[in-house]
Amino acid sequence: MSGERRLDRRGFLARGLAAASTALLGGCDDLSDQPWVRRVLDSAETVTRVTQRALLTPEALAREYSEADLSREFKANGSTNSEDPDYVTHAKNGFADWRLVVGGLVDEPLELSLAELRAMPSRTQITRHDCVEGWSCIGKWKGVPLSALLEKAKLKQDARYIVFYCADDLGQTGTEADKYYESIGLADAFHAQTILAYEMNDQTLPIPHGAPLRLRVERQLGYKMAKYVMRIEAVDGLASIRGGRGGFWEDLGYEWYAGI
Amino acid sequence: MSEREVIYRHSATVRATHWINALVLLVLLMSGLQIFNAHPALYLGSKSDFNDPILAMGTVQDGESVKGVTTIFGFAFNTTGAFGLSGDADSGYQDRGFPWWATLPGHRDLAMGRRWHFFFAWLFLFNGLAYLLWSLGSGHLRRDLAPSGKELKHIGASIWEHVRLKFPKGEEAKRYNVLQKLAYLSVALILLPLMLLTGLAMSPGMDAAFPFLLDIFGGRQSARTIHFIAASGIVIFVVVHLVMVLISGVWNNLRSMITGRYVIAPAEDKP
Repeated sequence: MSGERRLDRRGFLARGLAAASTALLGGCDDLSDQPWVRRVLDSAETVTRVTQRALLTPEALAREYSEADLSREFKANGSTNSEDPDYVTHAKNGFADWRLVVGGLVDEPLELSLAELRAMPSRTQITRHDCVEGWSCIGKWKGVPLSALLEKAKLKQDARYIVFYCADDLGQTGTEADKYYESIGLADAFHAQTILAYEMNDQTLPIPHGAPLRLRVERQLGYKMAKYVMRIEAVDGLASIRGGRGGFWEDLGYEWYAGI
Repeated sequence: MSEREVIYRHSATVRATHWINALVLLVLLMSGLQIFNAHPALYLGSKSDFNDPILAMGTVQDGESVKGVTTIFGFAFNTTGAFGLSGDADSGYQDRGFPWWATLPGHRDLAMGRRWHFFFAWLFLFNGLAYLLWSLGSGHLRRDLAPSGKELKHIGASIWEHVRLKFPKGEEAKRYNVLQKLAYLSVALILLPLMLLTGLAMSPGMDAAFPFLLDIFGGRQSARTIHFIAASGIVIFVVVHLVMVLISGVWNNLRSMITGRYVIAPAEDKP
């Protein structure tokens, strides 16, 4: 009798464990699809952002490396070109007639050629590029500090975010709304290492890395560093722009604050 | 023969933080493997030398068929069905590092994996801090976990007892033995804090706030590798821990971690 009961108990335990592990595995997948679970999990992004903002002074710089540390092969991830007809035309003549458009909540909208951007103050930095996938590459970037551009354009009082509109169609749908875009807050926009790079490793920025202009936001992950930047807009909120989450990958579920 | 005795073994704090930690570590492990699968390779130093990973999971074409291959320090192993290439001939193969049942979510979804991972990382931090502060304040660390010099001297005897699966009884069973103490201490004070610090060292924001994170681990990619190795260490600890729980009186052990009450087996009478 007691032997039987023990066997039953053992069978029950085994079945229970099997059921529990299946429920746990499948359950977590189902949970991932529940809106309230997403909201709860998303709260961690806010905690992370507020904590890192408190720890990161404006002076805190991402580590800068030496020439010896440069990656021999810097991976060109995401889009490596654009088929946009305007972009193709500009690329053919070396972006000589191309203009960067700066607008939105600014007193003085700008249209700047590559030559004019190069004539502005510049910053050169050798930094580590951390992809959300987990790998890192080290590259040398030269470009115009975003702060210099924003000061020239005279940001209005109510501007809170800077949005970058790009030429590449990573969504592969061929529509304007699915082109790459990104956004950062003013803390990062005015950070010393936030530049619009036109040179990489002492060469004109190559097309796979975002020619003619690529954003560098060194204290965040690679997907924040938009390539093929065509237009910059100062805004007071992100909700009304495309997917409403502030960027191409953000609209697909990635964190807007990518400091982790 | 001495009397069968019931003692109050685990305080409510230890019990609560233990079970929270068990759940949190499971979610962190599985969501961590989801994140790992986004780039199933490990490197040393600051950057990724894509031609020279110390560990990589991937596929190679082998004539007509595709094989899953795991490369460790340049040595390649066929891991078809487990690492690099999941599934079987019937249901079809899938190109991925760790198989679906080891990751959260099961399908490939880096964004969701990161959400799970970072939410539970915060729980891990608060739970771990609560445990450590309480352990220091209450004397749990000094009283129950710190091994005495005498215990350390007789560690050989304790290992021999474990090898023969002989577990302490009577008075001896009222406290952790020296191997238990060392195992719990290395997990609580070394492995788990190491997970947190190597995790932080992978954050570009934290690296700017605390550049020493990069120096102590030898660069971000080394930190990522150490994160993986330390996680493997925790998995090994949990496997051994579960085996010990099972063979040293599973119901008594489980009850003590749920209600706190633990039955002491009477000491054997010396002949």
